[in-house]
Amino acid sequence: MLTISRSLYDKIVAHARADHPDEACGVIAGPAGSDRPERFIAMMNAERSPTFYRFDSAEQFHLWREMDDNDEEPVVIYHSHTATEAYPSRPDISYASEPQAHYVLVSTREEDTTEFRSYRITDGVVTEEPVSVVE
Amino acid sequence: MAIEVRIPTILRTYTDGAKQVEGSGSTLAELFTDLEQRHGGLRERLVDNGGGLRRFVNVYLNDEDVRFLSGLDTPVKDGDTVTVLPAVAGGAF
Repeated sequence: MLTISRSLYDKIVAHARADHPDEACGVIAGPAGSDRPERFIAMMNAERSPTFYRFDSAEQFHLWREMDDNDEEPVVIYHSHTATEAYPSRPDISYASEPQAHYVLVSTREEDTTEFRSYRITDGVVTEEPVSVVE
Repeated sequence: MAIEVRIPTILRTYTDGAKQVEGSGSTLAELFTDLEQRHGGLRERLVDNGGGLRRFVNVYLNDEDVRFLSGLDTPVKDGDTVTVLPAVAGGAF
Protein backbone atom coordinates (compact mmCIF):
# COMPACT_ATOMS: atom_id res chain seq x y z
CA MET A 1 0.00 0.00 0.00
CA LEU A 2 1.22 3.48 -0.77
CA THR A 3 0.21 6.07 1.85
CA ILE A 4 0.73 9.58 0.58
CA SER A 5 -0.47 13.05 1.60
CA ARG A 6 -2.94 14.93 -0.59
CA SER A 7 -0.35 17.67 -1.01
CA LEU A 8 2.29 15.30 -2.43
CA TYR A 9 -0.30 13.52 -4.60
CA ASP A 10 -1.32 16.91 -6.05
CA LYS A 11 2.32 17.86 -6.71
CA ILE A 12 2.89 14.70 -8.76
CA VAL A 13 -0.28 15.27 -10.80
CA ALA A 14 0.55 18.96 -11.32
CA HIS A 15 4.05 18.09 -12.56
CA ALA A 16 2.67 15.49 -14.99
CA ARG A 17 0.11 17.98 -16.33
CA ALA A 18 2.69 20.75 -16.65
CA ASP A 19 5.08 18.59 -18.70
CA HIS A 20 2.43 16.93 -20.88
CA PRO A 21 2.92 15.80 -23.63
CA ASP A 22 6.45 14.96 -22.47
CA GLU A 23 6.79 12.36 -19.73
CA ALA A 24 7.39 13.89 -16.30
CA CYS A 25 9.46 12.15 -13.64
CA GLY A 26 10.67 12.58 -10.09
CA VAL A 27 11.23 11.25 -6.60
CA ILE A 28 9.66 11.58 -3.19
CA ALA A 29 12.32 10.97 -0.56
CA GLY A 30 11.68 9.87 3.00
CA PRO A 31 13.69 8.69 6.02
CA ALA A 32 15.54 5.45 5.21
CA GLY A 33 13.48 2.41 6.18
CA SER A 34 10.40 4.47 7.14
CA ASP A 35 8.32 3.92 3.98
CA ARG A 36 7.06 7.51 4.49
CA PRO A 37 7.13 9.75 1.42
CA GLU A 38 7.96 13.25 2.64
CA ARG A 39 10.15 15.34 0.37
CA PHE A 40 9.11 16.00 -3.23
CA ILE A 41 11.79 16.41 -5.87
CA ALA A 42 10.73 16.96 -9.49
CA MET A 43 13.49 15.71 -11.80
CA MET A 44 14.35 16.82 -15.30
CA ASN A 45 13.48 14.29 -18.01
CA ALA A 46 16.81 14.26 -19.88
CA GLU A 47 15.10 12.56 -22.84
CA ARG A 48 12.40 15.25 -23.08
CA SER A 49 10.22 12.75 -24.86
CA PRO A 50 6.54 11.87 -24.96
CA THR A 51 7.44 8.18 -24.81
CA PHE A 52 10.62 7.90 -22.73
CA TYR A 53 12.12 9.34 -19.58
CA ARG A 54 15.51 9.24 -17.97
CA PHE A 55 16.86 11.16 -14.98
CA ASP A 56 19.72 13.45 -15.92
CA SER A 57 22.81 11.61 -14.65
CA ALA A 58 24.37 14.56 -12.80
CA GLU A 59 21.06 15.52 -11.17
CA GLN A 60 20.56 11.90 -10.11
CA PHE A 61 24.07 11.74 -8.65
CA HIS A 62 23.54 14.87 -6.57
CA LEU A 63 20.14 13.74 -5.32
CA TRP A 64 21.31 10.24 -4.41
CA ARG A 65 24.34 11.69 -2.59
CA GLU A 66 22.08 14.17 -0.76
CA MET A 67 19.65 11.41 0.28
CA ASP A 68 22.56 9.33 1.53
CA ASP A 69 23.89 12.27 3.59
CA ASN A 70 20.38 12.87 5.01
CA ASP A 71 19.80 9.19 5.75
CA GLU A 72 16.91 9.24 3.28
CA GLU A 73 15.98 6.92 0.46
CA PRO A 74 13.72 7.21 -2.62
CA VAL A 75 10.31 6.10 -1.27
CA VAL A 76 8.40 7.00 -4.43
CA ILE A 77 9.77 7.12 -7.98
CA TYR A 78 7.11 8.54 -10.27
CA HIS A 79 6.71 9.18 -13.96
CA SER A 80 3.89 9.86 -16.35
CA HIS A 81 2.59 8.21 -19.50
CA THR A 82 1.05 10.76 -21.81
CA ALA A 83 -0.90 8.60 -24.26
CA THR A 84 -1.04 5.17 -22.67
CA GLU A 85 -2.37 3.72 -19.44
CA ALA A 86 -0.78 4.22 -16.03
CA TYR A 87 0.75 0.75 -16.02
CA PRO A 88 4.47 -0.13 -16.09
CA SER A 89 5.78 -0.85 -19.59
CA ARG A 90 8.54 -3.34 -20.44
CA PRO A 91 11.32 -0.73 -20.08
CA ASP A 92 9.74 0.56 -16.85
CA ILE A 93 10.06 -2.95 -15.47
CA SER A 94 13.57 -3.64 -16.80
CA TYR A 95 15.02 -0.42 -15.45
CA ALA A 96 13.36 -0.53 -12.01
CA SER A 97 16.32 -0.74 -9.71
CA GLU A 98 15.20 0.51 -6.28
CA PRO A 99 13.56 -2.53 -4.67
CA GLN A 100 12.13 -0.60 -1.72
CA ALA A 101 10.48 2.13 -3.84
CA HIS A 102 6.83 2.56 -4.75
CA TYR A 103 6.72 3.09 -8.51
CA VAL A 104 3.94 5.58 -9.18
CA LEU A 105 2.56 5.88 -12.67
CA VAL A 106 0.35 8.73 -13.72
CA SER A 107 -1.44 8.95 -17.07
CA THR A 108 -2.31 12.29 -18.64
CA ARG A 109 -3.88 10.76 -21.75
CA GLU A 110 -7.30 12.21 -20.83
CA GLU A 111 -7.70 15.94 -20.44
CA ASP A 112 -10.21 15.93 -17.62
CA THR A 113 -9.01 13.03 -15.48
CA THR A 114 -5.60 11.81 -14.33
CA GLU A 115 -4.94 8.14 -13.61
CA PHE A 116 -2.69 7.63 -10.56
CA ARG A 117 -1.58 4.08 -9.71
CA SER A 118 1.23 2.59 -7.66
CA TYR A 119 3.30 -0.58 -8.02
CA ARG A 120 6.10 -2.58 -6.49
CA ILE A 121 8.59 -3.83 -9.05
CA THR A 122 11.14 -6.39 -7.84
CA ASP A 123 13.09 -8.94 -9.89
CA GLY A 124 11.02 -8.11 -12.95
CA VAL A 125 7.70 -8.76 -11.21
CA VAL A 126 5.05 -6.02 -11.05
CA THR A 127 2.54 -5.97 -8.21
CA GLU A 128 -0.07 -3.23 -8.12
CA GLU A 129 -0.88 -1.84 -4.69
CA PRO A 130 -3.66 0.36 -3.31
CA VAL A 131 -3.05 4.08 -2.86
CA SER A 132 -4.27 5.78 0.30
CA VAL A 133 -4.38 9.57 0.04
CA VAL A 134 -4.29 11.26 3.43
CA GLU A 135 -5.81 14.73 3.78
CA MET B 1 46.42 1.45 -3.31
CA ALA B 2 42.72 1.87 -2.57
CA ILE B 3 39.92 3.23 -4.66
CA GLU B 4 36.57 3.40 -2.90
CA VAL B 5 33.67 2.05 -4.96
CA ARG B 6 30.11 2.84 -3.86
CA ILE B 7 27.65 0.10 -4.76
CA PRO B 8 23.91 0.70 -5.32
CA THR B 9 21.32 -1.38 -3.44
CA ILE B 10 20.52 -3.59 -6.39
CA LEU B 11 24.15 -4.72 -6.85
CA ARG B 12 24.86 -5.44 -3.19
CA THR B 13 24.05 -9.12 -3.74
CA TYR B 14 27.53 -9.28 -5.31
CA THR B 15 29.24 -7.65 -2.33
CA ASP B 16 27.59 -9.58 0.55
CA GLY B 17 25.46 -6.53 1.25
CA ALA B 18 28.34 -4.04 1.45
CA LYS B 19 27.50 -0.55 0.17
CA GLN B 20 31.16 0.23 -0.35
CA VAL B 21 34.08 -1.91 -1.46
CA GLU B 22 37.71 -1.20 -2.36
CA GLY B 23 39.69 -1.98 -5.45
CA SER B 24 42.73 -1.05 -7.45
CA GLY B 25 43.68 -0.34 -11.03
CA SER B 26 44.91 2.52 -13.16
CA THR B 27 41.72 2.80 -15.25
CA LEU B 28 38.06 2.06 -14.56
CA ALA B 29 38.31 -1.02 -16.81
CA GLU B 30 41.15 -2.38 -14.66
CA LEU B 31 39.29 -1.49 -11.47
CA PHE B 32 36.20 -3.44 -12.55
CA THR B 33 38.34 -6.43 -13.52
CA ASP B 34 39.96 -6.22 -10.08
CA LEU B 35 36.57 -6.08 -8.31
CA GLU B 36 35.44 -9.15 -10.25
CA GLN B 37 38.14 -11.22 -8.47
CA ARG B 38 36.41 -10.75 -5.12
CA HIS B 39 32.85 -10.05 -6.28
CA GLY B 40 32.11 -12.51 -9.07
CA GLY B 41 29.34 -11.43 -11.44
CA LEU B 42 29.62 -7.73 -10.64
CA ARG B 43 31.63 -6.78 -13.73
CA GLU B 44 29.02 -8.21 -16.10
CA ARG B 45 26.43 -5.86 -14.61
CA LEU B 46 28.62 -2.89 -15.49
CA VAL B 47 30.39 -3.83 -18.73
CA ASP B 48 28.75 -5.26 -21.85
CA ASN B 49 30.02 -7.98 -24.22
CA GLY B 50 31.75 -5.39 -26.36
CA GLY B 51 33.74 -4.18 -23.35
CA GLY B 52 31.85 -0.90 -23.08
CA LEU B 53 30.00 0.61 -20.15
CA ARG B 54 26.42 -0.67 -20.02
CA ARG B 55 23.90 1.80 -21.32
CA PHE B 56 21.65 2.23 -18.32
CA VAL B 57 24.36 2.20 -15.67
CA ASN B 58 25.83 5.52 -14.55
CA VAL B 59 29.39 5.50 -13.25
CA TYR B 60 30.91 8.58 -11.65
CA LEU B 61 34.53 9.32 -10.86
CA ASN B 62 34.32 11.53 -7.80
CA ASP B 63 31.36 13.63 -8.95
CA GLU B 64 31.65 13.43 -12.73
CA ASP B 65 29.80 11.05 -15.02
CA VAL B 66 32.58 9.09 -16.75
CA ARG B 67 30.72 9.30 -20.06
CA PHE B 68 31.98 12.89 -20.10
CA LEU B 69 35.51 11.73 -19.30
CA SER B 70 36.98 8.69 -21.06
CA GLY B 71 34.41 6.04 -20.23
CA LEU B 72 36.04 2.83 -19.07
CA ASP B 73 39.47 4.18 -20.08
CA THR B 74 39.15 6.96 -17.51
CA PRO B 75 42.26 6.92 -15.32
CA VAL B 76 41.70 6.36 -11.61
CA LYS B 77 44.08 6.77 -8.69
CA ASP B 78 44.45 6.13 -4.98
CA GLY B 79 41.95 8.16 -2.99
CA ASP B 80 39.36 8.43 -5.80
CA THR B 81 35.75 7.48 -5.21
CA VAL B 82 33.85 5.67 -7.95
CA THR B 83 30.05 5.63 -7.59
CA VAL B 84 27.75 3.29 -9.52
CA LEU B 85 24.07 4.17 -9.92
CA PRO B 86 21.60 2.34 -12.15
CA ALA B 87 19.95 4.91 -14.43
CA VAL B 88 16.36 5.72 -13.53
CA ALA B 89 14.52 5.44 -16.81
CA GLY B 90 11.53 3.98 -18.56
CA GLY B 91 8.96 4.74 -21.18
CA ALA B 92 5.56 4.20 -22.62
CA PHE B 93 6.26 1.11 -24.72
